Amino acid sequence: MPRTTSLPRAQRSGTKQSGETVSSNEASPQHQSPAASMPVDDVLPRAQAGDHQAFAQLYALHKRRVYSLCLRMVNNVAEAEDLTQEAFLQLHRKIATFRGDSAFSTWLHRLAVNVVLMHLRKKGLQLTSLDEAMEPTPDEGPGRSFGAPDPALAGSIDRLALERAVADLPAGYRLIFVLHDIEGYEHNEIASMLECSIGNSKSQLHKARLKLRDALRTASRKDGQK
Amino acid sequence: MTHKPGDMSCDDFQDQLADLIASGEDISNHPHLKNCPRCRALLADLQTIADAARQLIPVDPPEDDLWDRIESAIRKEENSSTKS
Repeated sequence: MPRTTSLPRAQRSGTKQSGETVSSNEASPQHQSPAASMPVDDVLPRAQAGDHQAFAQLYALHKRRVYSLCLRMVNNVAEAEDLTQEAFLQLHRKIATFRGDSAFSTWLHRLAVNVVLMHLRKKGLQLTSLDEAMEPTPDEGPGRSFGAPDPALAGSIDRLALERAVADLPAGYRLIFVLHDIEGYEHNEIASMLECSIGNSKSQLHKARLKLRDALRTASRKDGQK
Repeated sequence: MTHKPGDMSCDDFQDQLADLIASGEDISNHPHLKNCPRCRALLADLQTIADAARQLIPVDPPEDDLWDRIESAIRKEENSSTKS
């Protein structure tokens, strides 16, 4: 099977490269004049130095992906906005400590992931660590494909059915699936983000897809019985 | 599913599948798949799921007033740290 994707969706759709400037349209939180734009390369160091306008542009550059991650993990707009706010507040507190050991977006997503997991834990999901999020209980695991042939997915999946199945995945599987297959992160980036091994990321993604397959086929069978 | 001597079982193939897929190689010609419609269907389904995930409509950006809330919270934190 070919790689599902090689670049995060933001990059695939044209994240600004070195030397470019951030337009007021794309990178201003709102209502900022074009004169407020600054070269992308300058935004991070200036935000780290306490430049409020640079931090605002950083928010504008990354808000969609952080919010998207939060929304896909909690499936609630108000909660996703609260989590996005918390993620950027934490970013503001910690941005001076970013040393560039990983890509900034990976670092920011790791921060956002931890905010989301903390939230899920508070909501009663029994997650005491990221490791537990990555290791769903055995009965949550996907089944193997043996026995009599079952109808396959016939090469197409209804978008809403997939959205529902993703929303029903256990948190750890959902996180990996959202990061890799939807957001387009590579396994090495996810491993860095979640502080797990690359092998673990691959294995959990595979299990997530298997579990989605089970759920989609079950839903398809139920629809067929109606 | 029966297997010829030396052929890989479905169990073994599926144990390796995560790594095979993640390798990025085209595994459609894997010897096990030639004789196993079940694992061929499994692989096709996983491909369909991954493809469908890429086609999911991107989430709309958050409302503009979210930045106002964040900015206000930042100011509040800065003010409280200045006072303390």
